[in-house]
Amino acid sequence: MSTGAPPETARPEAAGRPAAARRRARRPGGRPLLYTSYAQDMALLDTRAKKIWFYGIVLAALLASQVLVDDMLSLLAMAYVVAIGAIGLNIVTGYAGQVSLGHAFFLAIGAYTGAAISGDPDGRVLGLGVTSILVWLPAAGLAAALAGVIVAPLATRLRGLYLAIVTLGLVFLGEHIFKEWDQLTGGPGVGRPAAVVELFGLRLDRPGPLGSKEQQLYLLMLVLLVVFAVAARNLARSRIGRGFAAIRDRDIAAEVIGVPLTRYKLLAFAISSFYAGCAGALLYTVTGFFDPGSFNLLMSVQFIAMVLIGGVATISGSIAGALFITLLPRLTRELPALVPVISADTTQTPNVFQVETVLYGLLIVLFLVFEPRGLFGVWIRVRNYWKSWPFSY
Amino acid sequence: MTGDGGTPVLEVEDVGLAFAGVTAIDGVSFDVRPAELFAVIGPNGAGKTSVFNVLSGVYRPQRGRVRFLGEDILSRRPHEIAAMGLARTFQNVELFHNLTVLDNLMLGRHHHFRYGALAALAWLGRARRQELAARAAVEDIIDFLELAAWRRHPVRLLPYGVQKRVELGRALAMEPRLLLLDEPVAGMNLEETEDTARYVLDIRDELGIPIVLVDHDMGLVMDLADRVLVLDFGRRVALGTPAEVQRDPKVIEAYLGGSS
Ligand SMILES: Nc1ncnc2c1ncn2[C@@H]1O[C@H](COP(=O)(O)OP(=O)(O)O)[C@@H](O)[C@H]1O
Ligand SMILES: [Mg+2]
Repeated sequence: MSTGAPPETARPEAAGRPAAARRRARRPGGRPLLYTSYAQDMALLDTRAKKIWFYGIVLAALLASQVLVDDMLSLLAMAYVVAIGAIGLNIVTGYAGQVSLGHAFFLAIGAYTGAAISGDPDGRVLGLGVTSILVWLPAAGLAAALAGVIVAPLATRLRGLYLAIVTLGLVFLGEHIFKEWDQLTGGPGVGRPAAVVELFGLRLDRPGPLGSKEQQLYLLMLVLLVVFAVAARNLARSRIGRGFAAIRDRDIAAEVIGVPLTRYKLLAFAISSFYAGCAGALLYTVTGFFDPGSFNLLMSVQFIAMVLIGGVATISGSIAGALFITLLPRLTRELPALVPVISADTTQTPNVFQVETVLYGLLIVLFLVFEPRGLFGVWIRVRNYWKSWPFSY
Repeated sequence: MTGDGGTPVLEVEDVGLAFAGVTAIDGVSFDVRPAELFAVIGPNGAGKTSVFNVLSGVYRPQRGRVRFLGEDILSRRPHEIAAMGLARTFQNVELFHNLTVLDNLMLGRHHHFRYGALAALAWLGRARRQELAARAAVEDIIDFLELAAWRRHPVRLLPYGVQKRVELGRALAMEPRLLLLDEPVAGMNLEETEDTARYVLDIRDELGIPIVLVDHDMGLVMDLADRVLVLDFGRRVALGTPAEVQRDPKVIEAYLGGSS
């Protein structure tokens, strides 16, 4: 037999490691990679390093709410919401392999559901006046999930590029409907107020016990991102996440071992769209107002970019990609001051917006060519380098 | 010799399958009995893989009947047939190549899980318990097939022979009532072939799972099988014990007459 597997005793992990990893595990100071039970082996944060990273980052993010200026907190709060949306796209595209360019459409459905449920009943646009986030957030997610379920049958008929193009059609369809339906959306160029954020009678979009409006919203989005991210990781390691990966890698074999193809594609779209819907409902609560023109092709492409740049089929990658793409404009806005050729005026060429668009494209291409695993892959490389330090090979 | 008596696990009656004029299976009938090791042999293009595709629901034949555990399965979807307990491997390994050995085997247990999307998102008690139980079952298979050294490796990085073994493991993880193996030793060296033969016999003898084994040459099959079905051009040439089949002049012609 080609393996010549020695009779290992330390199940389940130590036995499975290649020799190099086992050597490393015995390094003084390093934690021996020996699990004492399957429960520990299958835990979400299965190594101490992961635990430290996870709690460390959450703690740092919490502290940031006290340290950063409000303007920066607003930007980060939006980035966290965008990350929820990016995780959603990664579920359907990264895990289940169904390329969707229609993500902006599902965000729009969530945004309008949330805004309409919580909006002022006597206002200019549709509003039901139910301001509790515990009502409108799940409702926004469910409305988008329902739309996802309706769209999913397309995925059982079309694959790859064809599916991408048809889902792109959704974005154009949505743009048209939302621009026309001004009782709901306020119409293009005018827009409508975003959802009202109220939790247990407390308005989070006004200064309150947790600090300024920005600090409160920042903390809310942080908590929600952690909840959505952990849930997505759970999903990914469950029978359902494995089923998604199976239909992505080999759909015939998936069916033959018992994964119902149609149902799993439906589920992938439903869950992905639920995430998108929640993200859509939350996204504009930071700025307070939104326009039906926001949910366009560029938004869908940005989400694709987040998934590709962050890392396909990784949750942490989705978050990294979302932070990266959301914070990028903040950097490019500085360009006119540094590089006078680039104008801040949209009527001039080249202007910062053109530079941004080119940059997205360039980054996607560079990552696809040099690091298909995205930022997640970069992280793995860095980690492996340090793991073997000082014996780098 | 096992496999005599008892109601058949699988009954195939007069199955016919054609693709736009090409006849792949032409009125083939056979049955597989409990704990039997049943072999299907025939030259390339004889229709062996097509028979498997019909049994697992990938192809729908134009005529005939297939009963598995007494139930008609021709109108069922592949995943429903899998849930009834029919497992198979593929001639050209069809693993989920980005996933680890562990995840591929866990996928074999897919239809044994009884929890939904909400439990999965929250990793609630039920989901966690079932995952742990499945993991324990999968570890037994890892031990049995000596895959421990590869547990965490993505299968695309594994040598071909190991991939074949992982695929066998995935099928076993389904806890099948019938196991179909499509050319399990194709492309293997002598040592790997002998190991595979040992696994196949262990599966039948220790787990009591009936097996249908496809091979394109007679060597392995003649030593292992209880009965042999010989196919050529989609038609049944012979059916009987290895000794009977080996003496059959029609079989000798199919193997020596056509190819030399
Ligand atoms: N999907 C298909 N489309 C068209 N022809 C097929 C298909 N599958 C099998 N065939 C034909 O059916 C015949 C039997 O093929 P197959 O069952 O693969 O044979 P074997 O496994 O015995 O080598 C061959 O002539 C093959 O070309
Ligand atoms: Mg074949």
